[in-house]
Amino acid sequence: MKTAVVVFPGSNCDRDLAVALELVTGRKPAMLWHDDTSLPEGLDLIALPGGFSHGDYLRSGAIAARAPLMREVIAAAGKGTPVLGICNGFQVLTETGLLPGALMRNAGLDFVCRDVALEVVTADTPFTRGYKAGETVTIPVAHHDGNFQADADTLDRLEQQGQVAFRYAEEVNGSARGIAGILSEKGNVLGMMPHPERVVEKAHGGTDGRALFEGLLTVLA
Amino acid sequence: MKARVTVSLKPGVLDPQGRAIRHALDGLGFPEVSDVRVGKIIELDVVEGTTEEQVAEMARKLLANTVIENFRVELA
Repeated sequence: MKTAVVVFPGSNCDRDLAVALELVTGRKPAMLWHDDTSLPEGLDLIALPGGFSHGDYLRSGAIAARAPLMREVIAAAGKGTPVLGICNGFQVLTETGLLPGALMRNAGLDFVCRDVALEVVTADTPFTRGYKAGETVTIPVAHHDGNFQADADTLDRLEQQGQVAFRYAEEVNGSARGIAGILSEKGNVLGMMPHPERVVEKAHGGTDGRALFEGLLTVLA
Repeated sequence: MKARVTVSLKPGVLDPQGRAIRHALDGLGFPEVSDVRVGKIIELDVVEGTTEEQVAEMARKLLANTVIENFRVELA
């Protein structure tokens, strides 16, 4: 499985994500700079890491979403290449329009950094097939702008079409309908605020994130 | 010349910062405030002859997120 991690100025989870991808796939991902103008051939997965791209200036993910390489990522996503955005990566994906809605300041205004319980809502996707629908997993969050908001019609559609991947099993940031992660309509783009790459080996204090990467490996290997 | 883009949250979009400010104002003895909405003003230096439509295009493409925000353009 050939993977790539897009690095923006201010990304800070790119190495953790690369380590997790290598651990599961056995291959080092390509580390791509946001200013690049083309993607390597034959990528099976493009991952957008967490962090504070461009200092969260203007809006979290707003400037990164307009990076030259993101044009290629948007085109690849349109052709069906799986794209995973974690935390700031999720914010970038909503800013590109690949995913609906927006991630706003946490309702409590605090930066929330802790393990949270998540319900796996949809297991019928390449990203979540390593889990069982309805299963509760523990994955850490670390964000200030994770409050997912969209209009009621969009939220209804996300729920009816099975595009809600993960829901918080506890109150975390005020997200509409407790949404922690969503899929694109075609299911090949996943954005999520929690950090699965931070729980992939025992030394991390948890391994609940590992199934996400292993699930991808079974379909994309 | 200057262009000014005022970005504000759409009505109905929850504004946690505005709510915190309203709460603080209440604590300072201003109970008459029933709601606060926080937006931003972006001032651009642009070449003479830049049109309102050009600035609006900048707002649509970057300066505002039209999923959650409205914007208004003024040229001066």
